[in-house]
Amino acid sequence: MDAADSGSVAGDPGFVTSTDGVADAAGAADGAAAAALRIEQLRKSYGAEEVLRGIDLAVASHEVVCLIGASGSGKSTLLRCVNLLERIDSGSIWLDGQLITGPGVDQNLVRRHIGIVFQSFNLFPHMTVERNVTLAPMKVLGLSRAAASARAAELLDRFGLGEKRSDYPDRLSGGQQQRVAIVRALAMRPRLMLLDEVTSALDPELVADVLDVIRELARSGMTMLIATHEMGFARDIASRVCFLSGGQIIEQAPPEQLFSQPSDERTRRFLRRIVDAGRM
Amino acid sequence: MAEAPGLPDLSARRSRLLGTGDRRGLILSTTSTVMVLAVLAAIFLLAPGSRAVRTTFFNPTDMWRALVGDPKAGYYSVGEALWLNIRMFVIAEILILILALVVAVVRQSTGPVLLPLRVVGTIYVDVARGVPLILVIFAIGFGVPALQLRGVSSESAAVYGVAALVFSYSAYVSEVYRAGLVSVHRSQVAAARSLGLSGSASMRYVILPQAIRTIIPPLLNDFISLQKDTALVGLLGSIEANKAAELYSDTTFNYSSYTVAAILFLLLTIPLARFTDHLIARDQARRLAGARLWTQRTPAPSPVTRAS
Repeated sequence: MDAADSGSVAGDPGFVTSTDGVADAAGAADGAAAAALRIEQLRKSYGAEEVLRGIDLAVASHEVVCLIGASGSGKSTLLRCVNLLERIDSGSIWLDGQLITGPGVDQNLVRRHIGIVFQSFNLFPHMTVERNVTLAPMKVLGLSRAAASARAAELLDRFGLGEKRSDYPDRLSGGQQQRVAIVRALAMRPRLMLLDEVTSALDPELVADVLDVIRELARSGMTMLIATHEMGFARDIASRVCFLSGGQIIEQAPPEQLFSQPSDERTRRFLRRIVDAGRM
Repeated sequence: MAEAPGLPDLSARRSRLLGTGDRRGLILSTTSTVMVLAVLAAIFLLAPGSRAVRTTFFNPTDMWRALVGDPKAGYYSVGEALWLNIRMFVIAEILILILALVVAVVRQSTGPVLLPLRVVGTIYVDVARGVPLILVIFAIGFGVPALQLRGVSSESAAVYGVAALVFSYSAYVSEVYRAGLVSVHRSQVAAARSLGLSGSASMRYVILPQAIRTIIPPLLNDFISLQKDTALVGLLGSIEANKAAELYSDTTFNYSSYTVAAILFLLLTIPLARFTDHLIARDQARRLAGARLWTQRTPAPSPVTRAS
């Protein structure tokens, strides 16, 4: 397995163009160079409903952080905010020490470095698998068709999708589609991967394939923030697990600690319900 | 009424008109179709005025003379005049596709800066759809020359006719585009933007191609209508097919020339309709079978496998 492939060590600086250097100054000031991602007091409302109520979270390089919590607890919204797909109301997000939520930030430039995979795959149905994967490297990074294809072929082969490259997405199983979606994000060699309940829309027998892919990413050192309902998976892949409820991080700890001795009553109640439902 | 053969098949994923199975249904539908047509023909032929109608509208000699024309006798060839309809149609269609897309994208934009353009776009669509095409043709066809502006007031009637068609149809077509843009799920935008594609790149590579696939049938529907409406430009004096037919009937007091024009228009529109069906079927087949028509990297295209 090739580390460069996974994009885990992208590390190229200066991905945020700031019109006035404010972002750099703010990032440099706190000196948290190790944190790939840092979120402070993030708030987000949809109308009157406050979905995120002051999130503080840091993800170190090569760390895998899992977000757990009931539906509606704000996991997905948090990921979408990090990718700048949602406009935040207040708070700050830093990527590699650079503020990405301030003025003068080129969103498209930021998103090159943050891959996100959605619950519903969201592959482009009018393009072949290969074209799905090569589109952004060609149009965003300016790679030649040959270079983008080579990059795509390498990734597709690595995740057992080499034979599917000329197929259209609707010919693939859900598991294959989701793996293509992961490859599509990886083809940009992101600094950080966000996975938003990537197995929730899959038939149970297809879940394992996708989780194996994510495990391999974790082993290769990819920094990841993962929203998931798969507690067993979170337990063995996460460096740290965060329990979200009502738009706040109630508790965060290494998985063995959070799953066996949760300190907060709400975490205990949530985990009990999961166990009762036979999901753990 | 007669059922078109194979109609129930259309809902199936891979329909083939007159295709698989049900021979009995095919026989039944054919029989009923023939019977209905026979009854209609009988009514036409047995009507009290049938003979007069046939001489006036379906006289083979007049039809032939109208088709080929005779300048010495004072009338034009309807067949030749149709060439003007075709040219007007093709030019108008290209301009409409472009203008309508611009209007649709502007109206779908969300940026606050573009608000004035959105307002203009909305007013344009309201006005252009609300005013009857025939009035637009008169307004442009007689109004612009009357302005006596250098460069724009001395064009031929066909040019003003095309301008009127473009003005009117772009409004309709922009709404078709807009429906197509809306039909592409928001998650596709999110997926494109999340990869770092800009708003316009997302539109160009992700949203628009999907939208256009959806709107090809309604779009072609509008163009079939446009082909026929080129006949209205004859009101400005252009000798297009309908005008030529009119001149023939003015000279000979026989309306068979109109029948010729009608048949010629039919010959134009039917291929367009079949072409639309073909495009839809091809797109569906390609997506379902994973056949490769666009990318050339593998030497042999995989055979179109039937997904039953």
